[in-house]
Amino acid sequence: MYTAPFDYRRAHDTQEVVTWLQEDPDNTKIIAGGHSLLPLMKLRLASVARLVDISQVAELQGIREDMGGLRIGAFTRHAQLAKDPAVREAAPLLASAAAVIGDMQVRNRGTIGGSLCHADPAADLPAALLALNAELVIAGPGTERRESLDAFFLAPFITTLAADEVLTAIVVPRMVPGAKSTYLKRPHPASGYPVIGVAAWVSVSGGRVEDCRIALTGIGPVPFRAARSEQVLTGRAFSREAIAEAAREAAGSGTLEDDEDGYKSQLCQVYVSRALGDIAQGAG
Amino acid sequence: MEDSRVVPVTLTVNGKAIAREVEPRTLLVHFLRDDAGLTGTHVGCDTSQCGVCTVLLNGEAVKSCTVLAVQADGADVLTIEGMEEEILHPVQQGFWEKHGLQCGFCTPGAMLTASYLLSTHPHPSEQEIRESLDGLLCRCTGYETIVRSVQRAQEIMDERRESADRETRAI
Amino acid sequence: MADVIGSALKRHEDIRLIRGKGQYTDDMKIPGMVYASMVRSPYAHARIVAVDTAEARRVPGVQAVFTGRDLKDEVGMVPTAWIPPDSDMKMTPHPALAYDFVRYAGDAVAVVIADTPYIAQDAADLVRVEYDAMPAVTNPRDAAKEGAPLVHEDIAGNVAFHWKAGVSVDEVFNKAEVVVRHEFRQQRLVPSAMEPRAAVAQWNAATDELTVWVTTQNPHIHRLLMSGMLGIPEHKLRVVAIDVGGAFGSKIACYPDEVVVSWAARKLNRPVKWTETRSENFTVTTHGRDHVEEVEVAGTKDGHIQAIRVKAYANLGAYLSTAAPGVPTILFGLIVNGAYAIPHASAEVFGMLTHTTPVDAYRGAGRPEATFLVERMVDLYSEAVGMDPLAVRKINLIPADAFPYTNPFTLQYDSGNYQGALAKALEMVDYQQFRKEQDNLRKQGKYVGIGFSTYVEMCGLGPSEVAGAVGFQGGLWESATVRVHPTGKVTVFTGASPHGQGEETTFAQIVAQELGLPPEDIEVVHGDTAKIAMGWGTYGSRTTVVGGAAIHMADQKVIEKARKIAAHKLEVGEDDVAFEQGLFSVKGLPARTVTFQEAALDAYLAWSLPKGMEPALEGTAFYNPENFTYPFGTHIAMVSVDPETGDIELMRYVAVDDVGIVINPMLVEGQIHGGLVQGIGQALYEGAEYDDQGQLLTGSFLDYAMPKARFFPKFETAHTVTPSPHNPLGVKGVGETGAIASTPAIVNAVMDALAPFGIHDLPMPLTPRKVWQAIAAKGGTH
Repeated sequence: MYTAPFDYRRAHDTQEVVTWLQEDPDNTKIIAGGHSLLPLMKLRLASVARLVDISQVAELQGIREDMGGLRIGAFTRHAQLAKDPAVREAAPLLASAAAVIGDMQVRNRGTIGGSLCHADPAADLPAALLALNAELVIAGPGTERRESLDAFFLAPFITTLAADEVLTAIVVPRMVPGAKSTYLKRPHPASGYPVIGVAAWVSVSGGRVEDCRIALTGIGPVPFRAARSEQVLTGRAFSREAIAEAAREAAGSGTLEDDEDGYKSQLCQVYVSRALGDIAQGAG
Repeated sequence: MEDSRVVPVTLTVNGKAIAREVEPRTLLVHFLRDDAGLTGTHVGCDTSQCGVCTVLLNGEAVKSCTVLAVQADGADVLTIEGMEEEILHPVQQGFWEKHGLQCGFCTPGAMLTASYLLSTHPHPSEQEIRESLDGLLCRCTGYETIVRSVQRAQEIMDERRESADRETRAI
Repeated sequence: MADVIGSALKRHEDIRLIRGKGQYTDDMKIPGMVYASMVRSPYAHARIVAVDTAEARRVPGVQAVFTGRDLKDEVGMVPTAWIPPDSDMKMTPHPALAYDFVRYAGDAVAVVIADTPYIAQDAADLVRVEYDAMPAVTNPRDAAKEGAPLVHEDIAGNVAFHWKAGVSVDEVFNKAEVVVRHEFRQQRLVPSAMEPRAAVAQWNAATDELTVWVTTQNPHIHRLLMSGMLGIPEHKLRVVAIDVGGAFGSKIACYPDEVVVSWAARKLNRPVKWTETRSENFTVTTHGRDHVEEVEVAGTKDGHIQAIRVKAYANLGAYLSTAAPGVPTILFGLIVNGAYAIPHASAEVFGMLTHTTPVDAYRGAGRPEATFLVERMVDLYSEAVGMDPLAVRKINLIPADAFPYTNPFTLQYDSGNYQGALAKALEMVDYQQFRKEQDNLRKQGKYVGIGFSTYVEMCGLGPSEVAGAVGFQGGLWESATVRVHPTGKVTVFTGASPHGQGEETTFAQIVAQELGLPPEDIEVVHGDTAKIAMGWGTYGSRTTVVGGAAIHMADQKVIEKARKIAAHKLEVGEDDVAFEQGLFSVKGLPARTVTFQEAALDAYLAWSLPKGMEPALEGTAFYNPENFTYPFGTHIAMVSVDPETGDIELMRYVAVDDVGIVINPMLVEGQIHGGLVQGIGQALYEGAEYDDQGQLLTGSFLDYAMPKARFFPKFETAHTVTPSPHNPLGVKGVGETGAIASTPAIVNAVMDALAPFGIHDLPMPLTPRKVWQAIAAKGGTH
């Protein structure tokens, strides 16, 4: 299959990207790894007049310390996230989620920024990044803004990103001592996308849950935090009973899709329970 | 900057530089098959699932149907045709000895995927091998002989490494 | 020299394939070649009001745009080559490009031919087709209902044929102690060979010859059918398939696409290539299975099955594909009693037309459907009479001393020892221990199950007389030429057309063994009608059985002639010459010898041949089998089910297959593995689904769950060996056994695991969601 013709430009800095987006925002698309966009273009489900390749933009690359956290360039590929020592140390949840995206070949091309901006409701990274309280750095015409990931996803494939904006980096707070995390994924047998992906981050002190964040992806129109589960758990002993109760609240924390038979609710409960169980048993 | 209908690209494919002017929409796999004349890399789907088009791009396994040739400008590409040096690559030898192929269509992608796996995980477990094949669909073998082929390739790599070490010591 | 037959020789074909030097159809490049892209209907059923090609024609680089009307009077209908007898079969006129109605989503209405495939696709998107959409029907039983939309206006009730076999079993059922009834849905599968189809056609205006390189399992059948459609005589039409990237039945049929490019190549006097996209492969290349089956079993209270009655609605899609009518009839209905001595049986099949992709052979073709229903019914019957399914199998399996066994449909099972295969499988699985553990685990809320499939199948198609009697419009014999060169090297020409099975190696092993030559001295040539006079191709697990036997016969002719030459040279009578391991010797005087190579050279020099003997050394044979072969075996699956999620884990899979004499054990194991994954794929993962409008909902590898490596444990395989008595090599087919046997073994195992919930059956594929829903409907896990 062949994409329709398009024009191609290779950008060298972020402002160049923004300028080109401004020229024709409706028909210009950024290509990063291309693993979301190119299949759609080949099936001719997406039509694009101009592609802007950001692979040569140095500002979008690299992982560095940033105010107690990590600043991850939007062009960082999944495979890099999975193996990068700084990510594994400071945000192991992100590394473990990146390690189970798609397949090995996809992880070698796909990027964190591409995944977030594409906003496929069945993507792995949003769960991990929501549970990590990640913040996005977004460049626009002459501006730069920061936005919490919590507010970023509006609907399937729709985010707050304006047509002339570019995501430049993702800032992830450093793991606090005593915190543990895990990403538990149920891959679709065909696509490999999560049918449900649960990212759990729990900080325990003296046997009690000091703080926790649980995020779900793949199961609803947008990834969401299981706020009700978090409320149940926070301040409680990290016990089997607390986990069971928290798991029961997971489905009610967000909007599920395709749940007429209750199966998706069940998956929420089972996967939140298992993810928290893994953490409790020290596997996280 | 002017947009143009064709863009120049230069790729080093199997050690040989190939420069062409291509439409931006030219996929790497078509560049390899049509421009470089290397038809060992196949196309098996259009949604980036099957992995039969897998090649190594700067040493990393990628699906060449989901990479534009312009995105690969300046890169090193290794295809099935470049795997064999003086003797068969251990992965080729492993696939041959352990019946890792039947129709042969997914085989180039399977072998490059396997060689990438072994370059990053020299001693994978059976489960790791199976998981590394998530991005490869084979309809013939049932995968088990592919797993055995990868295990055999790893043995051959170890054997060759040992014998190279012995030769070095002998000198 | 050690025996070559029976050794795990590395494959000859791999030498090119592991180097990326295979020659698949899409690898063809011819100077001046242009590329075709098809314009296909998005509607499952519509009247074509108008086709506007003007805009497409204006695209720079477009050479031509043709519509159905352009081909209508120049290209014949795509034919159907199997007409089941006494079934009142109606032909379904199938134009290569539709011009009045489209009958499934994917039906081609126009073709664009351009300088590059990119341009061809761009322009194909600009062909404007005006459709008048009409209602569609996709389910085979719905299609039979009063008022269902008709697929072909003049075929009433959408019934393409109504076929029956066996005699009435009503009386047995009326008197039976136990009757078990069940309805099964054999879901539709997408064969999904990794190589999409392709065709390259080149017209030679000087000689009026057309050469077509095409992804086919049977080049000679393609030549025959295309000759008729294109009006090009067979001797001016060459069909070539060098390397074919898997097929599984989906490359038997003659498709419109290859006919269209062939016609266009002549029309334009340019080589034309068409390569299918995966999306097209999902919607256009034939699908498999898709039955609704009503099955009844009658038996005694103590476990003796007396009769089986089957009524099936087979979904054949919008047109009757090349071999389609034979699949759910001859290859299904005649063997629904399976491996059991069920004295009474009858089968009735409605061949139904629907607004869906045509259905034809898919690995096993009819026999997986038959095996599934009888193996499932044995379990359901066991449950009804309160007996262990293994015990019921032991009671009803055909005894070893009953062979050749004539089944209720008069098929003659050639040889078997079903108890032997079962016993071997039970050596590998401690059944009683499993049952004990199962009990213990159930008490802990864990659910494991074990499932059997003690199967038999018919393959090695087949005797040509039978082909004629059952309405197959071709022969089913096979040809072989064994050409010995002056140096004693050998080229073998076979009419079979292997495409992954490895017969370039297996056939060389037969010749190496029989002529006493090193296997590397033997080259096997296949897949080219210009090189091989005639042949019937590779399907129905026939290649080694029929093609291999033909080679064996050709070998005998070569040996006979070479023996005469050797005797002449040794100055003894022919009867006094022994031939062993490539050496002719005088009986009793082992020192006096002539090598096979010397005899070959003499044959070509012809300086001193026996009086009246023609020079050269080659043998040609045409082998027409006496019967099908009947491989059999026992498969055992062990699964665990997670009641919280419905997940099924395949813990162990044991397969004991008896495929007669094994020529290359490594290749046989490979065939079984591949079949298992396809059969297990049907049980657990795969299923094509349409919506009410006839849109395929599972049209890509993102939705259609092809089995992946991580889904499976190591398979445990073993063999018993019961040679086929009528095949000169003693071989039976092996290509389809894994796919035939495994599906019911898995479903039986899952149902065994779910028994505590009172769940007896679920429709395939057994997705976790279905399993969980069923458990939830029964009140959950408590």
